[in-house]
Amino acid sequence: MTSDYKLVIGLLAACFASLFAACFLGATSMSFTRVVSAIIGQAGSGDTLIIWQIRLPRAFAAFLVGAALGASGAALQGLLRNPLAEPGVLGVSASAVLGATFALYYGLTSISPWALPVAAIFGAVIATTLIALAAIRTQSVVTLILIGVGLSSFAGAAMSLLMNFAPNPFSLSDMINWMLGSVSNRGFNEIAFAGPFMALGFAILFATRRGLSALTLGEEAASGIGLNLKHQRIWVVLGAGLATGASVALAGAIGFVGIVAPHVIRPFVNHDPARSILPSALLAGLFLVLADIGVRLLPTQSELKLGVVAAIIGAPAFVWIAMQRRASHD
Amino acid sequence: MTNLVAKDITVKADTIPLLETASFTLGPSESVAVLGPNGAGKTTLLRAALGLQKLTSGTASLNGADTHNFSALARAQQIAYLPQIRPLAWPNQVRDVVALGRFSHGANLGKLKGKDLTAVNDAMAACDITHLATRSADTLSGGELARMHCARAFAAEAPLLIADEPVAALDPRHQFRVMDLIKAYVENGGGALVVLHDISLAAKYADRIIWMKNGKIIADGSPYETLSEKRLADIYGIRASVKGARVLIEGAL
Repeated sequence: MTSDYKLVIGLLAACFASLFAACFLGATSMSFTRVVSAIIGQAGSGDTLIIWQIRLPRAFAAFLVGAALGASGAALQGLLRNPLAEPGVLGVSASAVLGATFALYYGLTSISPWALPVAAIFGAVIATTLIALAAIRTQSVVTLILIGVGLSSFAGAAMSLLMNFAPNPFSLSDMINWMLGSVSNRGFNEIAFAGPFMALGFAILFATRRGLSALTLGEEAASGIGLNLKHQRIWVVLGAGLATGASVALAGAIGFVGIVAPHVIRPFVNHDPARSILPSALLAGLFLVLADIGVRLLPTQSELKLGVVAAIIGAPAFVWIAMQRRASHD
Repeated sequence: MTNLVAKDITVKADTIPLLETASFTLGPSESVAVLGPNGAGKTTLLRAALGLQKLTSGTASLNGADTHNFSALARAQQIAYLPQIRPLAWPNQVRDVVALGRFSHGANLGKLKGKDLTAVNDAMAACDITHLATRSADTLSGGELARMHCARAFAAEAPLLIADEPVAALDPRHQFRVMDLIKAYVENGGGALVVLHDISLAAKYADRIIWMKNGKIIADGSPYETLSEKRLADIYGIRASVKGARVLIEGAL
């Protein structure tokens, strides 16, 4: 068994353990046997409801969102050959939030429940495309991140505009929910609408991962060893756009997870971007499940937002990674 | 038998010609050096012939088929292309970088087996980097780095090799070592096209030298036929004395 498999199996075990642990948290305190029997459907309807309608969907949503962002981050870092690339930093998440709020404010979601994920994915794919186009012209990290800042600001401004013009004004707290990111009150119903897109995005990123290894050599040499650069770019843009957009549709914008997870994973997979995708997804999923457990454990008056906790841990990590970089890489 | 044939290829950036009606061939068991001053169009010549750069006119063909119609994968299986060495994006292991040479054969890094594994091991042994296999590429010296990239190209086991300044920034000993590797590849039936800046090195190793200036091929022939004091004055604007394959550069003209 190679070390790659050990890493993946270890992470999988940790993910299952964290999802199981999340089932113990909530207003009703439940014993180990009660939780287990509720999970396997042997308990009374009350316990089963609590586990299957409230606690598991929430934890599972956190896991899926983390996994989608972790895989997107790892793939974008491979494509742009840059450890600071991530859906949040590059403005992809904010653009997806703009798409989602657009769908909400103009009542598109009442036409079809698919409108929300589709609109979020649309925003995400547009932003990812812009970044990938810019990345062809420049290799400068600074430029790409500045484009991300621009995209985020634009999305923020456009959302304020939507607030002003919306025919049926949403409450301010709802908008804040989207911008800060949260998985509270998510059910399997919502997961069912975002899940397929996440799975598709992840499948695309995973299927095209070999090309990311090739890009280690730079674009010229990568095409020299047989990589179709154009196709690789399109697939990563599409895959990351689908995964990020769907995760935003489910939980709003949660930043920095996609940066931290691949950074931790990379040394374990010999810095190969292809091998980092699956473990990064698992670690990011684990991270968000644990962060969400933290959110619920913290004795604050109103519950903290998951995105806030992720950023409190992730943003300093981002700054630290940025400071570690040598000037020669720009 | 793999042959690369460029016929009257012209490349223009807007209206500025980068390459004008250049023709050359590269076949098996042949070692060809491309010489010329900076900006002569050497890299453009390689990229245009490979099908990586759009031609304004002319044709470049590999075994009779237009190189621009090749998929990246099919091209890589025929021609190992070493562009000018750029720093790696990540601090990968040397073995993994060499294994990327097997990309066009479908090899996965970290899971090499069968022919891929043999090719990578052979290439690393040939380039004398087996002892560096698990080292991180960002800890290598310039000479080791150059040998790693050569090993990557050889691991592809392609019939042709095109290398853009593979010995740039290397000390004389390492220049000779890399050129010896390419010579061994040619002796085994490969065809190599190599951009060089060192005239003596080219004269020593190449069967043919392609002389370029201002986007044109000025001459193409054996060092014996084409290397002369007048040629060096013409191409590089230098004063030099030439005795056989020996070149002594005296200064700029």
